[in-house]
Amino acid sequence: MKILVAIKQVPERDAQLSIASDARWIEEDGLNYVINEPDAYALEEALQLREQHGGEVIALCAGPDRVTSTLREALAKGADRAIHLASDTLGTLDTLALALVLADAIRSESPDLILTGLQSDDLGLGQTGVVLAELLGLPHSTLVLHVEKTATGIRVKRELEDGWFQHIDLPLPAVLTIQSGGNKLRYATLMGIKKAKTKETRTVEAATPATPATVELTRVFLPEKQKQTQMLTGSPAEIAAQLVEKLRSEVRVL
Amino acid sequence: MSTVLVVTEQKYDAQKNAAISRISLEALAAGQALAASLGADCAAAVLGDSSAANELTSKALSRVYLLEHPLLKQYTPDAYNKALEQLIRATSPAWVLFPHTYQVRDFAPALAARFGQSLISDVIAIRPGPTFVRQLFQGKLNAEYHRAGSDSAPGFISVQAGSFRVEDLQPGTAAIEAFQVELADGDIRTKPSEPFRESAQTVDLAAAPIIVSVGRGIREQENMPLVESLAQALGAELAASRPICDAGWFPIERQVGSSGHTVAPRLYLAVGISGAIQHLVGMKGSKTIIAINKDENAPIFEVADYGVVGDLFEIVPELTKAINSAKS
Ligand SMILES: Cc1cc2nc3c(=O)[nH]c(=O)nc-3n(C[C@H](O)[C@H](O)[C@H](O)COP(=O)(O)OP(=O)(O)OC[C@H]3O[C@@H](n4cnc5c(N)ncnc54)[C@H](O)[C@@H]3O)c2cc1C
Ligand SMILES: Nc1ncnc2c1ncn2[C@@H]1O[C@H](COP(=O)(O)O)[C@@H](O)[C@H]1O
Repeated sequence: MKILVAIKQVPERDAQLSIASDARWIEEDGLNYVINEPDAYALEEALQLREQHGGEVIALCAGPDRVTSTLREALAKGADRAIHLASDTLGTLDTLALALVLADAIRSESPDLILTGLQSDDLGLGQTGVVLAELLGLPHSTLVLHVEKTATGIRVKRELEDGWFQHIDLPLPAVLTIQSGGNKLRYATLMGIKKAKTKETRTVEAATPATPATVELTRVFLPEKQKQTQMLTGSPAEIAAQLVEKLRSEVRVL
Repeated sequence: MSTVLVVTEQKYDAQKNAAISRISLEALAAGQALAASLGADCAAAVLGDSSAANELTSKALSRVYLLEHPLLKQYTPDAYNKALEQLIRATSPAWVLFPHTYQVRDFAPALAARFGQSLISDVIAIRPGPTFVRQLFQGKLNAEYHRAGSDSAPGFISVQAGSFRVEDLQPGTAAIEAFQVELADGDIRTKPSEPFRESAQTVDLAAAPIIVSVGRGIREQENMPLVESLAQALGAELAASRPICDAGWFPIERQVGSSGHTVAPRLYLAVGISGAIQHLVGMKGSKTIIAINKDENAPIFEVADYGVVGDLFEIVPELTKAINSAKS
């Protein structure tokens, strides 16, 4: 199976975010970037499928130069090669325009299976994989935890709301968006890191999408507080004493 | 007159009776409000089930489109997209609005793409313009979005659960209009099977009066005894955010949130949980919420009654000690 995994690089989770001076995005200077979490699970699923059925895993990431560190990590974990779609202006694209750029790069590889994360940690759109399927004319399934090869294609385990699941059968080629938690993530081994140096990362200038953006992010701001939260301050011991007092007299659980 | 079309979803009870889901009613309220601000009509679409459509005839809607077809009985993205594409082409709404459910996530982005549009997903507020507000960075920041370019195709929006009020849904009368869709077996590329639940439950989180819930702030499995002691002191049940269950530190039956359990205890004590919407929907109905988090901007404080900005590794042991000595 030839499997392509679309990976996004995002600011690390605990990062202290500040709004950029033009209020159109965040201040990016000084941030640490990591692989988008569900994408790590997508890569893991791809690597396990290759280990069972043979084939090739290709990591694809669109973004500025910094994203090559995330692609190197994917190679160190076991991806066979990587494609960097170089672009400094992805931030201004909407989902459709970004998916058009990614679809162009994917078409020339004609993979059997395309995996994305179900959602990016920064934009949180949860759309790119589904739009890719539409643009490539392929069937898809979302929120996938597990993939199994069948005689006619694949069978996936999909997450539904409130603890329910469902199996879906799909023919190949297909697009899946992967939910976190389906597998245990592997670490890159020393050997893997060494090997990654010999693997190919192809850099391609991202094409300018033919269609203009239909949706525009115009202002970033801090959420307004909706609830009056009573903040407790002091030393840890003082805070603990105040909490006990609340638990006793107001919450009445002590 | 231009139209805001709201695509609804049904929930089935144990007897397989269909009802419009709560989040769909919220989406209808949002659709009515958007329509009112634009001087437009609001219409609804119901796929698959006429009994659910009947429920909407008492709402202020210009039409309830009923799309019935054997291939719409069980959801597939192909059938839904094809059917809705036909309805949208025939009725040319200015806006198409969805509830942001797992099912909508599965098809609506592709439907929007079919019209050359990007879906503005998971909207929490609609302001004049129209301006749509949605969250970034798992709720740490908000952003305003606008449509850009030509509006010859409809705009596509999905709204987040709990952001619009069912109580605001305007009553009225609406006529049901059957809309014929053309679907063939060959249109459906994926084959779904019946939904199922995993392993039997051994804890009943929904019945627990006190819950201590732990998130990724705990960092490592070795640190879990810290919250276990706190739960023991309080006589609380233990729960967790998704990443803790993903890592296998707790079984999934202890997960709170949209893909886990919905709980509403007397006390929910959130330790090192950021408060992403998928977690909040599972616990924001709790009577009292206490949050301990080192980040003062963590969205968990949006729903907390009492907040502590600080290091859980300092505060939790002190709290456990204080509770134990208060009890003795
Ligand atoms: C479709 C879908 C379904 C989902 N379903 C669920 C679900 O059912 N349940 C769920 O929980 N999530 C769910 N998620 C994931 C959700 O979006 C969040 O990623 C998740 O809830 C984050 O968990 P967390 O708060 O533990 O981790 P993080 O977001 O990483 O937050 C950790 C928090 O700990 C704080 N912290 C760190 N160190 C300390 C310290 N020393 N002292 C105090 N505080 C500290 C940080 O400030 C941070 O706020 C779902 C996501 C999607 C897309
Ligand atoms: N710039 C990018 N490069 C590669 N893949 C991406 C990019 N942006 C988004 N994706 C993929 O699309 C998924 C969903 O992103 P989103 O629609 O933004 O929530 C991510 O988890 C990635 O797998």
